[in-house]
Amino acid sequence: MIKSLGFILFVILFSSAASAQGIRQIKLNDLQQLIAAKSERIQVINFWATWCAPCVKEIPLFEKLKLDNTGVEVTLVSMDFDLDPNPAKVERFVTRKNLKSTVVILAETDPNAWIDKIDKEWSGALPATLIINTQTGKRRLVQRELHEGDLEKLINEVRN
Amino acid sequence: MKKLVVVMLALIAVAASPVREGFEVGDTATDFKLKNVDGKTVSLAEFKDAKGYIVIFDCNTCPYSKAYNQRIIDLNTKYAAKGVPVVAINANDPGLSAGDSFEEMVKVAKQKGYKFPYLVDETQEVAKAYGATNTPHVFVLSKDLKVTYIGAIDDNSRKAEAVSKRYVEDAVDALLQGKAAPTTKTKAIGCGIKWKSA
Repeated sequence: MIKSLGFILFVILFSSAASAQGIRQIKLNDLQQLIAAKSERIQVINFWATWCAPCVKEIPLFEKLKLDNTGVEVTLVSMDFDLDPNPAKVERFVTRKNLKSTVVILAETDPNAWIDKIDKEWSGALPATLIINTQTGKRRLVQRELHEGDLEKLINEVRN
Repeated sequence: MKKLVVVMLALIAVAASPVREGFEVGDTATDFKLKNVDGKTVSLAEFKDAKGYIVIFDCNTCPYSKAYNQRIIDLNTKYAAKGVPVVAINANDPGLSAGDSFEEMVKVAKQKGYKFPYLVDETQEVAKAYGATNTPHVFVLSKDLKVTYIGAIDDNSRKAEAVSKRYVEDAVDALLQGKAAPTTKTKAIGCGIKWKSA
């Protein structure tokens, strides 16, 4: 028992240490793969930026979702590079908030060329959240700040 | 009887079609009456000699609005003289974004020396009618309020020097030449308008 607790502690320490080391920068096709790849888990993809106040405010909802819900995969996609290509800023934020969710930075320019490839309905406004059942293709796009309970409701909608 | 069926089918079709908020390119936009930072109300109809309008949904606080601030001022400097003025509208709920209150708008307009109206859309009805979603979000209108372009100012928010496509300038130049905008609709990453909760 103590041994397994020790192991869990090790995993937690290791994973938070790893997250501070450097955030993966991804391209559009990585993101498209994440959206398209068939997974047992519901994909919850949040588009945010460190400068976006409503985004920062809703991040705890995604963190809580990750901790509570094993059937869900949370990815926080930072759009910071569109305005300021400085990974250190995003890294500092992730470390300071001690984020446990997967955080990636979308390293692309000219958003007009790819916003529609993520979701045709998306205006490009932040925050935006995409919830996908990759097995059925059912998806929901929310283009506003989320509140307590919203995510659970949306996840149920795509699950059934 | 047959006629009645047709009418009923038409009614069903209308009822079933999704409610689409906002204007598309080619639609005729509506005029508005909104309070300017000088306290007076402004409507598009007051610009008697206008050949068109650059309506921009903007705000004080959004980092994109800040990045584009000088470019918006420059658009007005370049095109107001040619009869296509900038008309900026802030629809953000100051309850959600204190820096976007009317008092703060007055300060920003003064500080930046705005030579164009900076209007407050308190009820957010104009932003909704237009279908504005982001700041800054541009609608280029002809003299008779036909929408010729919707979207971003250009293709590089980060750096004005690195811009390769000037969507709004191209649309306004085309308008002045009586031509269709070369690009009529674009999208950009930006701050969502801070909507009042329903």
